[in-house]
Amino acid sequence: MRGEPRRWWPHLLGLLLSAGPPVCLQAQVVVASKPFGESYLLGEMFAQVLESRGIAVERRLGLGATEIAFAALRSGAIDVYPEYTGTGLVAILRDSTRVGAAQAFDRVSREFTRRWGLRWLPPLGFENTYAIAVRRETAARYGLATLSDLARAAPQLAAGLTPDFIGRSDGLPGLAKAYGIRFRAVRSLVPAVKYQALAAGEVDVIDGYSTDGFIARYDLVVLADDRRFFPPYQAAALAGARLARESPAAILALTELSGRVDEATMRGLNRRIEVDGEPAAAVAANALRELGVLGPAAGEQARRDRPGGQGGRADVPELLQLTLRHLVLVSVSLTLAVLVAMPGALLLERLPRGAEGVIRAVGVVQTIPGLALLAFMLPILGIGTVPAVAALFLYSLYPIVRNTYTGVRDADPYAVSAALAAGMTPRQVLRYVRLPLAAPVIMAGIRTAAVINVGTATLAALIGAGGLGDPIVAGLALADTRMVLSGAIPAALLALAVDTLLGACERAVRPDL
Amino acid sequence: MLAAQEVSKRYGSVVALDEVSIAVDAGGCLALVGESGAGKSTLLRCFNRLEDPDAGRILVGGADAREVDPIALRRRTGYVAQEGGLLPHWSVARNAALVPWLQGDPASAERAAEALALVGLEPERFGRRRPSELSGGQRQRVALARALAARPNVVLLDEPFGALDAITRGELREAFAELRARVAFTCVLVTHDLPEAIALATRIAVLRNGRVEQDATSFELLAHPATDYVTKLLVRAGVR
Repeated sequence: MRGEPRRWWPHLLGLLLSAGPPVCLQAQVVVASKPFGESYLLGEMFAQVLESRGIAVERRLGLGATEIAFAALRSGAIDVYPEYTGTGLVAILRDSTRVGAAQAFDRVSREFTRRWGLRWLPPLGFENTYAIAVRRETAARYGLATLSDLARAAPQLAAGLTPDFIGRSDGLPGLAKAYGIRFRAVRSLVPAVKYQALAAGEVDVIDGYSTDGFIARYDLVVLADDRRFFPPYQAAALAGARLARESPAAILALTELSGRVDEATMRGLNRRIEVDGEPAAAVAANALRELGVLGPAAGEQARRDRPGGQGGRADVPELLQLTLRHLVLVSVSLTLAVLVAMPGALLLERLPRGAEGVIRAVGVVQTIPGLALLAFMLPILGIGTVPAVAALFLYSLYPIVRNTYTGVRDADPYAVSAALAAGMTPRQVLRYVRLPLAAPVIMAGIRTAAVINVGTATLAALIGAGGLGDPIVAGLALADTRMVLSGAIPAALLALAVDTLLGACERAVRPDL
Repeated sequence: MLAAQEVSKRYGSVVALDEVSIAVDAGGCLALVGESGAGKSTLLRCFNRLEDPDAGRILVGGADAREVDPIALRRRTGYVAQEGGLLPHWSVARNAALVPWLQGDPASAERAAEALALVGLEPERFGRRRPSELSGGQRQRVALARALAARPNVVLLDEPFGALDAITRGELREAFAELRARVAFTCVLVTHDLPEAIALATRIAVLRNGRVEQDATSFELLAHPATDYVTKLLVRAGVR
C-alpha cells in the first residue's frame, strides 16, 4: 500500500481535473490489466480478492499493452497486473532461449526482482499460450494439424494477426523464422474483430490465445507448436516493488489465487465474458465464490468506478461522467495548446529564418502514433490524466502553430504594407491588421486541432485517464460492439458539438470584409 | 522641402539607386518617371523611411531623415500605393481616419470626413461601407483621403492611378489636380506614364537603372531632352 503520494503534482492536477473518477490520496492498491478480456477478468479478480480483505483498491484496467502496463508498474503508477511468464521472458527480458514452464517462471522471477524489484507471485495455474488457429474446413482442405503443416500451406493463406503479435519477437517474426512460414498476406487485426474475420473467411489464420472463449464457439482448429517455438505462458500476478515491500497482506491475499485457476476454468470464464457478454465484474465475483476465495456477499461490494473495468456497458449517468471527463481532457489540453501555439507562432513569424524548420519539427510530433507517444512519456509522467493531457496537448500544437503562422504571415500584404507606411508600429500592425485578417485561418486551425483532439482522447483510456475511450477499449477487448458504440457515438457527437461551438466562435472573430 | 543627396541603395548585387541627387521645393510636385526597376519606388520609399539608403543623405524639411523617428515621420507623411492598401476589415470612415487616429487626434473622425469630402466621396454615403463595396476608383480616392486626412506637408504617391482603367484614371487625375489647387502640400509622384507626370508635376526626374537621366521642369524636359533615352521616352509617349 502506498503510504504517501509519490509525485504530488500529478495528483494535484488530477484533483483539479476530477470531473471523472476521484483521484484518491489514501493508501490504495492500484490494480491494472492489459486491454483484452482475460486480462480484465484477472484484474477484476485481483481487485475483488483485495477488497474482500478490506484493502482499498483503485482499478486501472485496460492499460495500453505490455509496454505501457509494464512501464506503469516499474514507475510505481500501478501496483499489480496479470502477466504471462513467456511475455516477461521474451517481450520484456528479450530472452529467447527455449525453456520449460518451471524454468521460465524461475528465470522471470529472479530477473524481475534483481533488475527492478518487481515480484512474480506463484502462477495462477493455467497457461495461455498463443494459439495459431484456422477454420476446421481450412484444416481439412490443407491437412493442417501442426505449425509445420502450416508452413507448407502458408503461401496460399492470408493471416489476420494482432498488431502486438506482428511486432513481437515471440510473435510473427520469430514464428516465421522458426517454421519458415510465409503467408500470402498479413493483415493487422485488433483482437475484437479477428475471430469474426476468420469465421467470415476474410482471413484464414489468426493468432488467438489458448484460453480464448471463441476457439470453441467458432469450432476452430488450433495448430500444434511441434517445434516448441512459443515459450510457456503461465499467468501470474506481477506485483510492483512497493506492494511487495510494504503490503504483505495484499501479497498474501493475491497469493490465495495461485494454483487455483486451471485452463478449463479459465476458458469457461473467458467464454462467459467474451461470448455470452456477461460483465467481467460479475463473472469474477462468481468465480472467486466458487473457488471459495471470497465470502458469499463480498462480490456484490465490488465497487464499480469504471464501466470499462467492470466489463459492463456504460449507463446514462456513467456516460455523462465519461463525456464530462473526456471534455475536461480535451478542453484543458486544447486551451494549453492555444496558449502556447499562438504566441509561439507569432514569435516564429518574427524570426527571419528557422521558423519553417521549427514548425516542421512540431509537425513530426503529429506522425508519432498515439500509443508510442504515451509510451515515451510514461517514465516521466506515469499514467493517468497528466500524460494524457500532455499527449493531447502535443497533438494539438501543429494545426494551431501552422495556421497561425501562415495566417499572420500571409495576411493581405497590401493592407500590411499600407498600415506600415501610414505609421503603425509592428505591434499595431499585428494587433489591428494581421491578427484580425488571420482570425478565420487561426480558428480553422483550432477547430482542426479540437476535432483531432476529441478523437485522440479516446486513446487516453489506454493509460488509465478515463473518458469515452473506456467503453471503447473495454468493448474492443471483450468483442462487445454495443459497448464500443456506447463510447464511440458520444465521442463522435462530442467532436461535432465542439466543432460547432468553435464555429460560432469563428463567426464572432471573423473580420467583416 | 525634400532632398536626396548622392543616395545609393543596393539589394544584394542589384543596384537600385546609384548616387541619386534630387530636390523638391515646398509646395512643389516632383514626378519620378522611368521603367520598372529604374529605382523610382525605392527612392520614394526613402522619404518616409520605408527604406534607408546605404549611402548618401535624405533630407526632410531640412533634417537628416536618419535622425527622425521613422514611425513619427510616416505619420506626418501622406502615402498612397498603387494597390490602395485599404484595411479590408475596416469601414471607409475608419480607413480614412487611420493616420489622425494613430496620431492620437481626438477629432480623427472629423478629419476623415473632411478628407473624404475633399476627394469627392460624401462621408454620409460612403463612410460606413467596406472597401469591398467600392469600385476601384472609389477605393483609390479613399486611399488618397487617408493620405490627406492628417493634413500632412508631404504626400508620397507610388503609381496611385496605375491599376485603374483609362477613364477612371483620367477622372482621378483631374480630381488630384483640383485637390492640388485647393490644398497645399509637397508631393512626390512615382509614375511610368510621362503624360501623367507632365500633367500633374511641376518637375520631372527621369530615372534609368538607378541613375538620374534628367531632372528638369516639364517645359524644359519637353523642349530639351538631355539624352537619347529621354527623347525616346517622349517619342514613345507621343508628346514629341
